Amino acid sequence: MSAATDRYEPVIGLEVHAQLLTASKLFCGCSTAFGAPPNSHVCPVCLGLPGALPVLNRRAVEYAIRVGLALGCEVRRSSRFARKNYFYPDLPKGYQISQYELPLNESGAIEIEMEAGPKRIGIVRAHVEEDAGKNVHPTGSPTSLVDFNRSGVPLVEIVGAPDLRSAAEAAEYLKELRAILMAIGVNDGNLEEGSFRCDANVSVRPVGQAEFGTRTELKNINSFKFVRQAIDFEVRRQSSVLEAGEAVRQETRLWNDARGETFPMRSKEEAEDYRYFPDPDLPPVEVDAAFIDRIQNEMPELPSARRRRFVKALGLSTYDAAVLASHPRVADYFEAALAEYGAARAQGAKPVANWVINTLMKTARIDGLEAIFAVPAAHLAQLQKLVDEGTISLTVARKVLDEAAERGVAPAQVVEEKGLCQVSDVAAIEAACRDVIAAHPAEVEAFRGGREKLFGFFVGKVMKATKGQGNPKVVNELLHSLLGA
Amino acid sequence: MAERITKAEVVKVARLARLELTGEEIERFSTQLAAILDHVAMLERLDTRDVPPTAQAIRLEAPMREDEARPGLGRDDAAAPAPAWEEGCFAVPRIIAGDEK
Repeated sequence: MSAATDRYEPVIGLEVHAQLLTASKLFCGCSTAFGAPPNSHVCPVCLGLPGALPVLNRRAVEYAIRVGLALGCEVRRSSRFARKNYFYPDLPKGYQISQYELPLNESGAIEIEMEAGPKRIGIVRAHVEEDAGKNVHPTGSPTSLVDFNRSGVPLVEIVGAPDLRSAAEAAEYLKELRAILMAIGVNDGNLEEGSFRCDANVSVRPVGQAEFGTRTELKNINSFKFVRQAIDFEVRRQSSVLEAGEAVRQETRLWNDARGETFPMRSKEEAEDYRYFPDPDLPPVEVDAAFIDRIQNEMPELPSARRRRFVKALGLSTYDAAVLASHPRVADYFEAALAEYGAARAQGAKPVANWVINTLMKTARIDGLEAIFAVPAAHLAQLQKLVDEGTISLTVARKVLDEAAERGVAPAQVVEEKGLCQVSDVAAIEAACRDVIAAHPAEVEAFRGGREKLFGFFVGKVMKATKGQGNPKVVNELLHSLLGA
Repeated sequence: MAERITKAEVVKVARLARLELTGEEIERFSTQLAAILDHVAMLERLDTRDVPPTAQAIRLEAPMREDEARPGLGRDDAAAPAPAWEEGCFAVPRIIAGDEK
Protein backbone atom coordinates (compact mmCIF):
# COMPACT_ATOMS: atom_id res chain seq x y z
CA MET A 1 0.00 0.00 0.00
CA SER A 2 1.29 3.38 -0.92
CA ALA A 3 1.36 6.31 1.48
CA ALA A 4 -1.45 7.93 -0.53
CA THR A 5 -3.70 4.96 0.16
CA ASP A 6 -3.18 5.32 3.91
CA ARG A 7 -4.70 8.79 3.88
CA TYR A 8 -7.91 7.60 2.21
CA GLU A 9 -10.61 5.27 3.41
CA PRO A 10 -12.39 3.04 0.88
CA VAL A 11 -16.18 2.87 0.90
CA ILE A 12 -17.56 -0.15 -0.94
CA GLY A 13 -21.02 -1.45 -1.69
CA LEU A 14 -21.70 -4.61 -3.69
CA GLU A 15 -24.60 -5.42 -5.98
CA VAL A 16 -25.13 -9.11 -6.51
CA HIS A 17 -27.30 -10.68 -9.19
CA ALA A 18 -28.17 -14.26 -8.29
CA GLN A 19 -30.18 -16.60 -10.48
CA LEU A 20 -33.12 -18.19 -8.68
CA LEU A 21 -33.02 -21.94 -9.34
CA THR A 22 -36.44 -22.37 -10.90
CA ALA A 23 -37.23 -24.84 -13.68
CA SER A 24 -38.96 -22.22 -15.83
CA LYS A 25 -38.40 -18.52 -16.50
CA LEU A 26 -39.81 -15.65 -14.45
CA PHE A 27 -42.70 -14.72 -16.74
CA CYS A 28 -43.03 -17.69 -19.13
CA GLY A 29 -42.72 -21.48 -19.13
CA CYS A 30 -39.44 -21.66 -21.08
CA SER A 31 -36.76 -23.83 -19.50
CA THR A 32 -33.90 -22.22 -17.58
CA ALA A 33 -31.51 -25.13 -18.20
CA PHE A 34 -27.93 -23.98 -18.77
CA GLY A 35 -25.96 -24.96 -21.87
CA ALA A 36 -28.82 -25.55 -24.35
CA PRO A 37 -28.26 -24.64 -28.04
CA PRO A 38 -28.79 -20.88 -28.60
CA ASN A 39 -32.41 -19.73 -28.82
CA SER A 40 -33.87 -23.16 -28.09
CA HIS A 41 -35.58 -21.98 -24.88
CA VAL A 42 -37.51 -19.00 -26.18
CA CYS A 43 -41.15 -18.06 -26.70
CA PRO A 44 -43.16 -14.94 -27.61
CA VAL A 45 -42.96 -13.67 -23.98
CA CYS A 46 -39.17 -13.81 -23.55
CA LEU A 47 -38.59 -12.68 -27.15
CA GLY A 48 -40.78 -9.64 -26.57
CA LEU A 49 -43.09 -10.43 -29.49
CA PRO A 50 -46.17 -8.21 -29.82
CA GLY A 51 -49.21 -9.25 -27.81
CA ALA A 52 -47.39 -11.59 -25.42
CA LEU A 53 -48.21 -11.18 -21.73
CA PRO A 54 -46.06 -12.10 -18.71
CA VAL A 55 -47.39 -14.46 -16.02
CA LEU A 56 -45.42 -14.58 -12.78
CA ASN A 57 -43.67 -17.77 -11.61
CA ARG A 58 -44.83 -18.56 -8.05
CA ARG A 59 -41.63 -20.40 -7.11
CA ALA A 60 -39.49 -17.41 -8.13
CA VAL A 61 -41.49 -15.27 -5.69
CA GLU A 62 -41.17 -17.93 -3.00
CA TYR A 63 -37.39 -18.20 -3.51
CA ALA A 64 -37.00 -14.43 -3.46
CA ILE A 65 -38.92 -14.25 -0.19
CA ARG A 66 -36.63 -16.97 1.17
CA VAL A 67 -33.70 -14.70 0.24
CA GLY A 68 -35.35 -11.73 1.95
CA LEU A 69 -35.99 -13.66 5.17
CA ALA A 70 -32.47 -15.16 5.21
CA LEU A 71 -31.01 -11.65 4.85
CA GLY A 72 -33.18 -10.31 7.67
CA CYS A 73 -35.20 -8.08 5.33
CA GLU A 74 -38.71 -6.81 5.70
CA VAL A 75 -40.79 -8.70 3.16
CA ARG A 76 -43.41 -6.52 1.53
CA ARG A 77 -46.88 -8.06 1.37
CA SER A 78 -47.62 -5.99 -1.72
CA SER A 79 -44.81 -5.27 -4.15
CA ARG A 80 -44.67 -4.10 -7.70
CA PHE A 81 -42.89 -4.74 -10.98
CA ALA A 82 -41.58 -1.83 -13.02
CA ARG A 83 -40.19 -1.37 -16.48
CA LYS A 84 -36.57 -0.26 -16.72
CA ASN A 85 -36.33 1.26 -20.18
CA TYR A 86 -33.20 1.11 -22.30
CA PHE A 87 -32.15 -0.15 -25.69
CA TYR A 88 -29.63 -2.92 -26.16
CA PRO A 89 -29.77 -5.91 -28.51
CA ASP A 90 -29.93 -8.43 -25.67
CA LEU A 91 -33.11 -6.80 -24.34
CA PRO A 92 -35.86 -7.73 -26.81
CA LYS A 93 -38.72 -5.68 -25.30
CA GLY A 94 -36.76 -2.47 -25.00
CA TYR A 95 -37.23 -2.71 -21.24
CA GLN A 96 -36.29 -5.05 -18.45
CA ILE A 97 -38.99 -6.06 -15.98
CA SER A 98 -37.53 -5.25 -12.58
CA GLN A 99 -38.70 -3.71 -9.32
CA TYR A 100 -38.15 -0.06 -8.47
CA GLU A 101 -40.61 1.46 -6.03
CA LEU A 102 -41.99 -1.08 -3.55
CA PRO A 103 -39.45 -3.91 -4.01
CA LEU A 104 -40.21 -7.32 -2.48
CA ASN A 105 -37.50 -7.18 0.24
CA GLU A 106 -35.93 -4.18 1.99
CA SER A 107 -33.75 -3.22 4.97
CA GLY A 108 -31.86 -6.32 6.06
CA ALA A 109 -28.32 -7.13 7.17
CA ILE A 110 -25.85 -9.98 7.37
CA GLU A 111 -22.86 -10.48 9.61
CA ILE A 112 -19.36 -11.22 8.35
CA GLU A 113 -16.50 -12.60 10.43
CA MET A 114 -13.35 -10.50 10.25
CA GLU A 115 -10.18 -10.90 12.28
CA ALA A 116 -11.15 -7.84 14.31
CA GLY A 117 -14.50 -9.48 15.10
CA PRO A 118 -17.96 -9.73 13.55
CA LYS A 119 -19.21 -6.87 11.38
CA ARG A 120 -22.77 -6.12 10.32
CA ILE A 121 -23.28 -5.24 6.66
CA GLY A 122 -26.60 -3.70 5.67
CA ILE A 123 -28.78 -4.96 2.84
CA VAL A 124 -30.64 -2.08 1.18
CA ARG A 125 -32.97 -4.23 -0.88
CA ALA A 126 -33.34 -7.59 -2.60
CA HIS A 127 -35.71 -7.39 -5.54
CA VAL A 128 -36.83 -9.68 -8.33
CA GLU A 129 -36.02 -9.04 -11.98
CA GLU A 130 -35.52 -10.85 -15.27
CA ASP A 131 -32.15 -11.54 -16.89
CA ALA A 132 -31.27 -10.29 -20.39
CA GLY A 133 -30.02 -12.37 -23.32
CA LYS A 134 -26.38 -13.00 -24.18
CA ASN A 135 -24.37 -11.25 -26.88
CA VAL A 136 -21.51 -12.91 -28.72
CA HIS A 137 -19.14 -11.01 -30.99
CA PRO A 138 -17.43 -13.42 -33.40
CA THR A 139 -13.94 -12.31 -34.42
CA GLY A 140 -13.84 -10.42 -37.70
CA SER A 141 -17.60 -10.53 -38.22
CA PRO A 142 -19.59 -7.34 -38.93
CA THR A 143 -22.38 -8.72 -36.72
CA SER A 144 -23.01 -9.54 -33.11
CA LEU A 145 -25.08 -12.62 -32.29
CA VAL A 146 -27.81 -12.71 -29.68
CA ASP A 147 -28.98 -15.79 -27.75
CA PHE A 148 -32.19 -15.27 -25.76
CA ASN A 149 -32.08 -18.48 -23.72
CA ARG A 150 -31.24 -16.43 -20.64
CA SER A 151 -33.80 -13.75 -21.44
CA GLY A 152 -36.41 -13.83 -18.69
CA VAL A 153 -34.46 -16.09 -16.31
CA PRO A 154 -35.39 -15.04 -12.75
CA LEU A 155 -32.79 -13.13 -10.75
CA VAL A 156 -32.72 -11.60 -7.33
CA GLU A 157 -30.67 -8.41 -7.18
CA ILE A 158 -29.21 -7.90 -3.74
CA VAL A 159 -28.09 -4.33 -3.13
CA GLY A 160 -25.67 -4.10 -0.23
CA ALA A 161 -25.23 -0.91 1.80
CA PRO A 162 -21.91 0.96 1.41
CA ASP A 163 -20.74 -0.52 4.72
CA LEU A 164 -17.62 -2.31 3.46
CA ARG A 165 -14.26 -0.64 4.16
CA SER A 166 -11.74 -2.93 2.45
CA ALA A 167 -11.40 -5.42 -0.37
CA ALA A 168 -11.05 -8.15 2.26
CA GLU A 169 -14.41 -7.21 3.79
CA ALA A 170 -15.99 -7.15 0.32
CA ALA A 171 -14.70 -10.66 -0.44
CA GLU A 172 -15.92 -11.93 2.94
CA TYR A 173 -19.37 -10.39 2.38
CA LEU A 174 -19.59 -11.99 -1.04
CA LYS A 175 -18.59 -15.39 0.32
CA GLU A 176 -21.13 -15.19 3.12
CA LEU A 177 -23.89 -14.10 0.74
CA ARG A 178 -23.07 -16.98 -1.59
CA ALA A 179 -23.03 -19.48 1.29
CA ILE A 180 -26.43 -18.20 2.47
CA LEU A 181 -28.03 -18.42 -0.99
CA MET A 182 -26.67 -21.95 -1.44
CA ALA A 183 -27.75 -23.04 2.05
CA ILE A 184 -31.34 -21.93 1.40
CA GLY A 185 -31.27 -23.78 -1.93
CA VAL A 186 -32.15 -20.88 -4.23
CA ASN A 187 -28.84 -20.43 -6.07
CA ASP A 188 -25.95 -22.69 -7.11
CA GLY A 189 -23.24 -20.11 -6.40
CA ASN A 190 -21.63 -20.58 -9.79
CA LEU A 191 -19.57 -17.48 -10.59
CA GLU A 192 -18.10 -18.93 -13.78
CA GLU A 193 -21.44 -19.71 -15.43
CA GLY A 194 -22.75 -16.34 -14.30
CA SER A 195 -25.52 -17.55 -12.00
CA PHE A 196 -23.93 -15.47 -9.20
CA ARG A 197 -22.57 -12.11 -10.44
CA CYS A 198 -21.18 -9.11 -8.66
CA ASP A 199 -20.70 -5.41 -9.39
CA ALA A 200 -18.83 -3.19 -6.94
CA ASN A 201 -19.40 0.49 -6.18
CA VAL A 202 -16.12 1.89 -4.93
CA SER A 203 -15.17 5.33 -3.66
CA VAL A 204 -12.53 6.71 -1.33
CA ARG A 205 -12.63 9.65 1.09
CA PRO A 206 -9.99 11.32 3.22
CA VAL A 207 -9.78 9.50 6.57
CA GLY A 208 -12.11 11.28 8.99
CA GLN A 209 -14.40 12.77 6.34
CA ALA A 210 -18.08 11.92 6.76
CA GLU A 211 -19.31 12.43 3.19
CA PHE A 212 -18.71 9.77 0.58
CA GLY A 213 -16.43 10.48 -2.37
CA THR A 214 -17.40 10.10 -6.02
CA ARG A 215 -17.86 6.42 -6.84
CA THR A 216 -17.05 4.25 -9.80
CA GLU A 217 -18.89 1.05 -10.63
CA LEU A 218 -16.70 -1.99 -11.31
CA LYS A 219 -17.95 -4.76 -13.58
CA ASN A 220 -16.58 -8.03 -14.92
CA ILE A 221 -15.28 -9.18 -11.55
CA ASN A 222 -16.66 -12.67 -11.44
CA SER A 223 -14.31 -14.45 -9.08
CA PHE A 224 -13.46 -13.87 -5.43
CA LYS A 225 -9.86 -13.19 -6.45
CA PHE A 226 -10.85 -10.56 -9.02
CA VAL A 227 -13.16 -8.84 -6.54
CA ARG A 228 -10.25 -8.32 -4.17
CA GLN A 229 -7.77 -7.34 -6.89
CA ALA A 230 -10.14 -5.00 -8.72
CA ILE A 231 -11.18 -3.18 -5.54
CA ASP A 232 -7.58 -2.88 -4.33
CA PHE A 233 -6.54 -1.50 -7.70
CA GLU A 234 -9.43 0.95 -7.78
CA VAL A 235 -8.78 2.20 -4.24
CA ARG A 236 -5.13 2.87 -5.13
CA ARG A 237 -6.11 4.54 -8.39
CA GLN A 238 -8.72 6.83 -6.82
CA SER A 239 -6.40 7.69 -3.92
CA SER A 240 -3.66 8.83 -6.27
CA VAL A 241 -6.16 10.79 -8.39
CA LEU A 242 -7.26 12.70 -5.27
CA GLU A 243 -3.69 12.99 -4.03
CA ALA A 244 -2.79 14.66 -7.33
CA GLY A 245 -5.50 17.24 -6.65
CA GLU A 246 -7.79 15.90 -9.35
CA ALA A 247 -11.37 14.66 -9.16
CA VAL A 248 -12.59 11.08 -9.53
CA ARG A 249 -14.95 10.71 -12.47
CA GLN A 250 -18.20 8.90 -11.86
CA GLU A 251 -18.08 6.09 -14.42
CA THR A 252 -18.39 2.38 -15.04
CA ARG A 253 -15.06 0.57 -15.21
CA LEU A 254 -14.24 -2.95 -16.33
CA TRP A 255 -11.71 -5.21 -14.66
CA ASN A 256 -9.07 -6.54 -17.03
CA ASP A 257 -7.62 -9.65 -15.47
CA ALA A 258 -4.72 -9.99 -17.90
CA ARG A 259 -3.51 -6.45 -17.18
CA GLY A 260 -4.52 -6.43 -13.53
CA GLU A 261 -6.27 -3.07 -13.80
CA THR A 262 -9.65 -1.43 -14.28
CA PHE A 263 -10.33 0.74 -17.31
CA PRO A 264 -13.30 2.95 -18.18
CA MET A 265 -16.05 1.32 -20.17
CA ARG A 266 -16.75 3.42 -23.26
CA SER A 267 -19.24 5.89 -21.86
CA LYS A 268 -22.76 5.51 -23.09
CA GLU A 269 -24.03 8.23 -25.34
CA GLU A 270 -26.46 9.52 -22.77
CA ALA A 271 -26.58 9.54 -19.03
CA GLU A 272 -28.47 6.67 -17.41
CA ASP A 273 -32.13 7.55 -17.54
CA TYR A 274 -34.23 4.44 -17.29
CA ARG A 275 -37.64 6.14 -16.95
CA TYR A 276 -38.94 3.46 -14.60
CA PHE A 277 -42.68 3.13 -14.43
CA PRO A 278 -45.03 0.44 -13.06
CA ASP A 279 -45.47 -2.36 -15.59
CA PRO A 280 -49.10 -2.16 -16.74
CA ASP A 281 -48.99 -5.85 -17.73
CA LEU A 282 -48.31 -6.91 -14.15
CA PRO A 283 -50.64 -6.02 -11.30
CA PRO A 284 -49.09 -5.76 -7.82
CA VAL A 285 -47.72 -9.00 -6.33
CA GLU A 286 -49.75 -9.81 -3.22
CA VAL A 287 -48.41 -12.37 -0.76
CA ASP A 288 -50.30 -13.23 2.40
CA ALA A 289 -48.82 -13.65 5.86
CA ALA A 290 -49.45 -17.42 5.83
CA PHE A 291 -47.33 -17.78 2.66
CA ILE A 292 -44.45 -15.85 4.24
CA ASP A 293 -44.82 -17.80 7.52
CA ARG A 294 -44.66 -21.09 5.70
CA ILE A 295 -41.44 -20.04 3.93
CA GLN A 296 -39.99 -18.91 7.25
CA ASN A 297 -40.88 -22.23 8.90
CA GLU A 298 -39.27 -24.24 6.11
CA MET A 299 -36.07 -22.18 6.23
CA PRO A 300 -33.02 -24.44 6.67
CA GLU A 301 -30.27 -23.60 9.15
CA LEU A 302 -28.18 -20.67 7.86
CA PRO A 303 -24.38 -20.99 7.56
CA SER A 304 -23.68 -18.65 10.50
CA ALA A 305 -25.86 -20.75 12.84
CA ARG A 306 -24.33 -23.93 11.51
CA ARG A 307 -20.79 -22.65 12.11
CA ARG A 308 -21.68 -21.61 15.65
CA ARG A 309 -23.15 -25.05 16.34
CA PHE A 310 -20.07 -26.79 14.95
CA VAL A 311 -17.86 -24.74 17.25
CA LYS A 312 -20.02 -24.76 20.37
CA ALA A 313 -21.60 -28.22 20.29
CA LEU A 314 -18.86 -30.14 18.52
CA GLY A 315 -15.75 -28.28 19.63
CA LEU A 316 -14.44 -27.62 16.09
CA SER A 317 -12.10 -24.71 15.38
CA THR A 318 -13.72 -21.67 13.72
CA TYR A 319 -11.60 -22.40 10.65
CA ASP A 320 -12.83 -25.99 10.32
CA ALA A 321 -16.41 -24.87 10.95
CA ALA A 322 -16.13 -22.22 8.22
CA VAL A 323 -14.69 -24.65 5.66
CA LEU A 324 -17.39 -27.26 6.35
CA ALA A 325 -20.26 -24.74 6.32
CA SER A 326 -19.11 -23.08 3.09
CA HIS A 327 -21.09 -25.62 1.05
CA PRO A 328 -24.37 -27.07 2.35
CA ARG A 329 -23.71 -30.56 0.96
CA VAL A 330 -20.24 -30.68 2.54
CA ALA A 331 -21.72 -29.76 5.91
CA ASP A 332 -24.53 -32.31 5.39
CA TYR A 333 -21.97 -35.02 4.56
CA PHE A 334 -19.91 -34.20 7.63
CA GLU A 335 -23.01 -34.35 9.82
CA ALA A 336 -24.21 -37.60 8.25
CA ALA A 337 -20.85 -39.25 8.99
CA LEU A 338 -20.91 -37.88 12.51
CA ALA A 339 -24.44 -39.17 13.06
CA GLU A 340 -22.95 -42.69 13.00
CA TYR A 341 -21.18 -41.78 16.21
CA GLY A 342 -24.49 -41.33 18.05
CA ALA A 343 -23.92 -39.97 21.52
CA ALA A 344 -20.16 -39.83 21.01
CA ARG A 345 -20.53 -37.16 18.30
CA ALA A 346 -18.31 -34.58 19.94
CA GLN A 347 -15.53 -37.18 20.16
CA GLY A 348 -15.69 -38.04 16.49
CA ALA A 349 -16.09 -34.44 15.31
CA LYS A 350 -12.43 -33.46 14.95
CA PRO A 351 -11.14 -36.61 13.22
CA VAL A 352 -14.17 -36.78 10.91
CA ALA A 353 -13.80 -33.05 10.10
CA ASN A 354 -10.14 -33.71 9.27
CA TRP A 355 -11.09 -36.46 6.85
CA VAL A 356 -13.71 -34.29 5.17
CA ILE A 357 -11.54 -31.17 4.89
CA ASN A 358 -8.19 -32.76 4.04
CA THR A 359 -9.28 -35.66 1.89
CA LEU A 360 -12.95 -36.04 0.94
CA MET A 361 -13.57 -32.39 -0.05
CA LYS A 362 -10.52 -32.44 -2.32
CA THR A 363 -11.67 -35.44 -4.30
CA ALA A 364 -15.40 -34.61 -4.24
CA ARG A 365 -17.14 -33.77 -7.47
CA ILE A 366 -18.92 -30.53 -6.63
CA ASP A 367 -21.33 -29.21 -9.23
CA GLY A 368 -23.38 -26.25 -8.07
CA LEU A 369 -25.52 -27.39 -5.16
CA GLU A 370 -24.65 -31.05 -5.74
CA ALA A 371 -21.63 -32.84 -4.33
CA ILE A 372 -20.57 -36.45 -4.81
CA PHE A 373 -18.04 -37.83 -2.35
CA ALA A 374 -15.63 -40.73 -2.84
CA VAL A 375 -17.34 -42.89 -0.21
CA PRO A 376 -20.74 -42.74 1.53
CA ALA A 377 -20.78 -40.86 4.84
CA ALA A 378 -21.45 -44.08 6.76
CA HIS A 379 -18.27 -45.61 5.30
CA LEU A 380 -16.22 -42.61 6.36
CA ALA A 381 -17.53 -43.00 9.91
CA GLN A 382 -16.74 -46.71 9.84
CA LEU A 383 -13.19 -45.99 8.67
CA GLN A 384 -12.52 -43.53 11.48
CA LYS A 385 -14.01 -45.92 14.01
CA LEU A 386 -11.53 -48.59 12.87
CA VAL A 387 -8.80 -46.05 13.66
CA ASP A 388 -10.42 -45.11 17.00
CA GLU A 389 -10.51 -48.76 18.05
CA GLY A 390 -6.86 -49.26 17.15
CA THR A 391 -7.73 -51.81 14.47
CA ILE A 392 -5.82 -49.84 11.81
CA SER A 393 -3.37 -46.96 11.93
CA LEU A 394 -4.11 -43.62 10.26
CA THR A 395 -1.56 -44.45 7.56
CA VAL A 396 -3.30 -47.70 6.74
CA ALA A 397 -6.67 -45.94 6.94
CA ARG A 398 -5.70 -43.67 4.03
CA LYS A 399 -4.95 -46.69 1.86
CA VAL A 400 -8.15 -48.40 2.98
CA LEU A 401 -10.14 -45.28 2.02
CA ASP A 402 -8.64 -45.27 -1.47
CA GLU A 403 -9.45 -48.91 -2.00
CA ALA A 404 -12.94 -48.64 -0.48
CA ALA A 405 -13.64 -45.71 -2.81
CA GLU A 406 -12.27 -47.49 -5.85
CA ARG A 407 -14.13 -50.75 -5.27
CA GLY A 408 -17.25 -49.22 -3.75
CA VAL A 409 -17.07 -51.47 -0.69
CA ALA A 410 -17.07 -50.82 3.06
CA PRO A 411 -13.71 -50.06 4.73
CA ALA A 412 -14.24 -52.94 7.18
CA GLN A 413 -14.45 -55.32 4.24
CA VAL A 414 -11.16 -54.02 2.81
CA VAL A 415 -9.45 -54.42 6.18
CA GLU A 416 -10.86 -57.93 6.56
CA GLU A 417 -9.97 -59.13 3.06
CA LYS A 418 -6.47 -57.72 3.06
CA GLY A 419 -5.70 -58.75 6.63
CA LEU A 420 -4.81 -55.15 7.47
CA CYS A 421 -5.73 -55.36 11.12
CA GLN A 422 -3.11 -53.66 13.18
CA VAL A 423 -0.99 -56.08 15.17
CA SER A 424 -1.36 -55.22 18.82
CA ASP A 425 -0.30 -58.67 19.93
CA VAL A 426 2.64 -57.81 22.16
CA ALA A 427 4.31 -61.19 21.78
CA ALA A 428 4.30 -60.99 17.97
CA ILE A 429 5.65 -57.44 17.95
CA GLU A 430 8.24 -58.26 20.58
CA ALA A 431 9.49 -61.14 18.43
CA ALA A 432 9.80 -58.75 15.49
CA CYS A 433 11.68 -56.22 17.65
CA ARG A 434 14.11 -58.86 18.90
CA ASP A 435 14.75 -60.03 15.33
CA VAL A 436 15.51 -56.46 14.19
CA ILE A 437 17.83 -55.82 17.14
CA ALA A 438 19.64 -59.11 16.57
CA ALA A 439 20.11 -58.34 12.87
CA HIS A 440 21.66 -54.85 13.43
CA PRO A 441 24.29 -55.08 16.19
CA ALA A 442 26.28 -52.10 14.89
CA GLU A 443 23.24 -49.77 14.98
CA VAL A 444 22.31 -51.04 18.45
CA GLU A 445 25.77 -50.19 19.72
CA ALA A 446 25.69 -46.75 18.15
CA PHE A 447 22.23 -46.06 19.58
CA ARG A 448 23.29 -47.10 23.05
CA GLY A 449 26.39 -44.95 22.58
CA GLY A 450 24.16 -41.87 22.27
CA ARG A 451 22.97 -41.70 18.64
CA GLU A 452 19.35 -41.46 19.66
CA LYS A 453 18.22 -40.51 16.19
CA LEU A 454 18.68 -44.16 15.25
CA PHE A 455 15.50 -44.98 17.16
CA GLY A 456 13.49 -44.12 14.05
CA PHE A 457 15.58 -46.61 12.09
CA PHE A 458 14.52 -49.43 14.41
CA VAL A 459 10.87 -48.36 14.33
CA GLY A 460 11.01 -48.40 10.54
CA LYS A 461 12.52 -51.87 10.44
CA VAL A 462 9.91 -53.25 12.85
CA MET A 463 7.07 -51.64 10.93
CA LYS A 464 8.44 -53.16 7.76
CA ALA A 465 8.67 -56.58 9.42
CA THR A 466 5.02 -56.27 10.54
CA LYS A 467 3.98 -54.98 7.10
CA GLY A 468 2.99 -51.63 8.56
CA GLN A 469 0.42 -53.20 10.81
CA GLY A 470 2.30 -53.03 14.09
CA ASN A 471 0.51 -50.76 16.53
CA PRO A 472 2.96 -47.82 16.62
CA LYS A 473 2.42 -47.23 20.32
CA VAL A 474 3.24 -50.84 21.21
CA VAL A 475 6.25 -50.86 18.87
CA ASN A 476 7.64 -47.70 20.47
CA GLU A 477 7.20 -48.99 24.01
CA LEU A 478 8.78 -52.36 23.28
CA LEU A 479 11.75 -50.91 21.39
CA HIS A 480 12.39 -48.45 24.20
CA SER A 481 12.49 -51.16 26.81
CA LEU A 482 14.51 -53.61 24.69
CA LEU A 483 17.08 -51.06 23.48
CA GLY A 484 17.32 -49.26 26.80
CA ALA A 485 18.43 -52.43 28.53
CA MET B 1 -50.50 27.65 -20.51
CA ALA B 2 -47.46 27.38 -18.29
CA GLU B 3 -44.09 26.47 -19.77
CA ARG B 4 -44.05 22.96 -18.25
CA ILE B 5 -41.71 21.30 -20.69
CA THR B 6 -38.83 22.73 -22.66
CA LYS B 7 -37.93 21.83 -26.22
CA ALA B 8 -34.63 20.46 -24.91
CA GLU B 9 -36.55 18.02 -22.71
CA VAL B 10 -38.64 16.88 -25.65
CA VAL B 11 -35.48 16.28 -27.67
CA LYS B 12 -33.96 14.30 -24.79
CA VAL B 13 -37.02 12.11 -24.30
CA ALA B 14 -37.22 11.52 -28.05
CA ARG B 15 -33.60 10.40 -28.13
CA LEU B 16 -34.09 8.04 -25.17
CA ALA B 17 -37.03 6.51 -27.08
CA ARG B 18 -34.98 6.40 -30.31
CA LEU B 19 -37.44 8.71 -32.07
CA GLU B 20 -36.28 11.07 -34.78
CA LEU B 21 -38.33 14.27 -34.66
CA THR B 22 -38.44 17.15 -37.11
CA GLY B 23 -38.28 20.71 -35.85
CA GLU B 24 -41.98 21.10 -36.51
CA GLU B 25 -42.73 17.93 -34.50
CA ILE B 26 -40.62 19.10 -31.59
CA GLU B 27 -42.66 22.29 -31.56
CA ARG B 28 -45.97 20.44 -31.77
CA PHE B 29 -45.11 17.79 -29.14
CA SER B 30 -43.82 20.42 -26.73
CA THR B 31 -47.27 21.98 -26.79
CA GLN B 32 -49.09 18.62 -26.58
CA LEU B 33 -46.91 17.29 -23.77
CA ALA B 34 -47.39 20.55 -21.88
CA ALA B 35 -51.16 20.09 -22.18
CA ILE B 36 -50.85 16.59 -20.72
CA LEU B 37 -48.74 17.85 -17.85
CA ASP B 38 -51.27 20.64 -17.23
CA HIS B 39 -53.98 18.02 -17.00
CA VAL B 40 -51.95 16.04 -14.45
CA ALA B 41 -51.32 19.24 -12.52
CA MET B 42 -55.07 19.72 -12.36
CA LEU B 43 -55.49 16.18 -10.95
CA GLU B 44 -52.82 16.96 -8.39
CA ARG B 45 -55.12 19.55 -6.87
CA LEU B 46 -57.42 16.78 -5.64
CA ASP B 47 -57.11 15.78 -1.99
CA THR B 48 -55.95 12.14 -2.18
CA ARG B 49 -54.79 11.76 1.42
CA ASP B 50 -57.23 8.91 2.08
CA VAL B 51 -56.79 7.18 -1.28
CA PRO B 52 -54.22 4.36 -1.30
CA PRO B 53 -51.65 4.72 -4.07
CA THR B 54 -52.06 2.35 -7.00
CA ALA B 55 -50.41 1.65 -10.31
CA GLN B 56 -53.48 -0.05 -11.70
CA ALA B 57 -56.80 1.25 -12.95
CA ILE B 58 -58.37 -2.11 -12.14
CA ARG B 59 -58.04 -3.80 -8.77
CA LEU B 60 -56.23 -7.04 -9.45
CA GLU B 61 -53.33 -8.90 -8.03
CA ALA B 62 -50.75 -10.59 -10.23
CA PRO B 63 -51.87 -14.13 -11.03
CA MET B 64 -49.11 -16.67 -10.52
CA ARG B 65 -48.39 -19.91 -12.34
CA GLU B 66 -46.67 -23.07 -11.15
CA ASP B 67 -42.99 -23.46 -11.98
CA GLU B 68 -43.25 -25.97 -14.80
CA ALA B 69 -41.04 -25.82 -17.88
CA ARG B 70 -42.73 -26.43 -21.19
CA PRO B 71 -41.47 -26.30 -24.77
CA GLY B 72 -41.10 -22.86 -26.31
CA LEU B 73 -41.30 -21.84 -29.94
CA GLY B 74 -38.54 -24.00 -31.32
CA ARG B 75 -35.63 -22.45 -33.16
CA ASP B 76 -37.22 -22.47 -36.61
CA ASP B 77 -40.27 -20.52 -35.47
CA ALA B 78 -38.06 -18.20 -33.42
CA ALA B 79 -35.89 -17.56 -36.48
CA ALA B 80 -38.79 -17.01 -38.88
CA PRO B 81 -39.55 -13.35 -38.09
CA ALA B 82 -35.87 -12.43 -37.52
CA PRO B 83 -34.47 -9.94 -40.08
CA ALA B 84 -31.08 -11.67 -39.83
CA TRP B 85 -30.17 -15.05 -38.39
CA GLU B 86 -26.71 -16.62 -38.07
CA GLU B 87 -25.48 -19.71 -36.27
CA GLY B 88 -28.75 -20.19 -34.42
CA CYS B 89 -28.70 -16.60 -33.19
CA PHE B 90 -30.37 -13.29 -33.95
CA ALA B 91 -27.75 -11.30 -35.87
CA VAL B 92 -27.48 -7.57 -35.25
CA PRO B 93 -25.04 -4.88 -36.39
CA ARG B 94 -21.86 -5.32 -34.40
CA ILE B 95 -22.30 -3.87 -30.90
CA ILE B 96 -18.68 -3.39 -29.84
CA ALA B 97 -15.46 -2.82 -31.70
CA GLY B 98 -13.18 -5.48 -30.23
CA ASP B 99 -13.47 -9.22 -29.85
CA GLU B 100 -14.24 -9.12 -26.15
CA LYS B 101 -17.38 -10.73 -24.91
